Amino acid sequence: MRTALALIGTAEAAHAIDARQVIFLLALFAASVLFILGLRGLSHPDTARRGMQMAAVGMLVAVLGTLLHERIVTYEWIVGGLVVGTVIGIPMGLWIPMTKMPERIALSHCFGGLAVALVGVAEYFNHRIELSPFDAGAVGFEVLLGAITFTGSLMAFGKLQGILPGRPQTFPGQNAINFTLLGLAASMLVVLVAQPQIQPVFYAIASLGFLLGILLVAPIGGADMPVVICLLNSYAGLAAAATGFALDNPVLIVCGSLDGGSGFILALIMSKAMNRSFRNVIFGAFGTEAVGLAAVGKTDAAIREGTVEDAAELLKAASSIIFVPGYGMAVAQAQHAVRELAELLQKQGASVKYAIHPVAGRMPGHMNVLLAEANVPYDQLYELEAINDEFPHTDVSVVVGANDVVNPAARSAPDSPIYGMPILNVDQSRAVIVLKRSMNPGFAGIENELFVRPNTMMVFGDAKQTVGKIAAAIKSGG
Amino acid sequence: MPLERLIILLYVFVLSIFVGYQVITKVPQLLHTPLMAFTNAISGISLVASLVIAGEGKNTLSTLLGAVAVTAATINVVGGFLITDRMLKMFRRKGKGAA
Repeated sequence: MRTALALIGTAEAAHAIDARQVIFLLALFAASVLFILGLRGLSHPDTARRGMQMAAVGMLVAVLGTLLHERIVTYEWIVGGLVVGTVIGIPMGLWIPMTKMPERIALSHCFGGLAVALVGVAEYFNHRIELSPFDAGAVGFEVLLGAITFTGSLMAFGKLQGILPGRPQTFPGQNAINFTLLGLAASMLVVLVAQPQIQPVFYAIASLGFLLGILLVAPIGGADMPVVICLLNSYAGLAAAATGFALDNPVLIVCGSLDGGSGFILALIMSKAMNRSFRNVIFGAFGTEAVGLAAVGKTDAAIREGTVEDAAELLKAASSIIFVPGYGMAVAQAQHAVRELAELLQKQGASVKYAIHPVAGRMPGHMNVLLAEANVPYDQLYELEAINDEFPHTDVSVVVGANDVVNPAARSAPDSPIYGMPILNVDQSRAVIVLKRSMNPGFAGIENELFVRPNTMMVFGDAKQTVGKIAAAIKSGG
Repeated sequence: MPLERLIILLYVFVLSIFVGYQVITKVPQLLHTPLMAFTNAISGISLVASLVIAGEGKNTLSTLLGAVAVTAATINVVGGFLITDRMLKMFRRKGKGAA
């Protein structure tokens, strides 16, 4: 029999539990509690850091407890792995810029999936003869999900980083092939449960996992990567939970469920904010159809273009201002310039707020991090539901590098691909200033009628420079 | 015995999902990126499984796989906690005392 830890012992088994085993089990228990308490800390920015520290302590306790485990007999490979991992982990934690967070998160899902898949393979390789059907099923599931997460995250990373083309890569019959392969993997899992010792079946499951990760992410466009990253987060968690089942280790199940649940909830929030169903994101290949819809009349004829001075005049006269940042602001690295302009306007007595759409940025909450990094106090950042009623009472809304999330077509044009998507109602404010690089349509390739409204002033150019010039004009004029 | 084990583990799994749902839905949108980095760091808990594989000395292949798994999981633990902390440090209120 495997030396799995006896979670529930009969009276005889209880005698067999030695002190090391007790410490190990208690360490896992303490870690589980600390992880949940730590996660609870994230419900408020003031308690979040303490929560994170609790979780870090939990991790340390779990690792130290495990090092005492009776199955561990040599330490050189462990120390080697810990050292190399730390050496790579430190720069990944300290030096990656905040704009690159989506890429970084995708890459770490990739490491997570790899770790879980390798543990599963080693576990099967060592114990294939003695695996019970239940263990075999858990290991197979673990390896399948771990492998999908590994290659899927690599694909997502490549698309985000621009190594791979961001456009959906599609071919006829793609969904049918993917479904067939998924079905094949599922039926092989069933065979593995029935006959755990048939090695080719196990390795076929692992290979299918690696292949599926690539095939499932390939048809998904760059704009949908936030949902994909969240889903991969969820897979990584489920894979860890499956490891917990296979190894009889409850802390893995607790962590895996938290991780899996969090990824799934975030994926739901993101796809709702993007007005898409899961099915549509995963099997839709959105980017290709939207281009055709872009040419629905409404040319640049009615655009009211303003100068930097016009914008400065408008802002100087305003007593309430809402900034609406989009990813274009981050691309132009204009966060600091925007914050300086906002502070200037506040000094002149105006009330300034920031409206953050859930999909502003390239992953959930990304824009909040970018603004926090630029020293914007978090109590000036408002979520969509909290600020949408304020636009009608607002003098000027300043849209910086955002497009689809402020497109009124989402409310008024049933034939628009974004119809029904929750948007920030900037068009209801008394005046709108849109800072934009050029008249190209946004990421989803959809025309925006906000730009041709009579109360909208377009200011073209690099967001960072434009914002800086507006601030200078206000200073010199005031 | 395996069935008893399975049921206990199912308890842990299902109750964790309930707790997780309650806790995670209370995380504000403001902190969703740190949340992802945080869950990423704690998903490095697969380290506890990798450590055993790398250290049990069964055979060269599984030791090597275990060592790579330890490395990958450690990257997530170390990098994940560091970057979460870096982000959370940036979230500040408007200067203390200011109304």
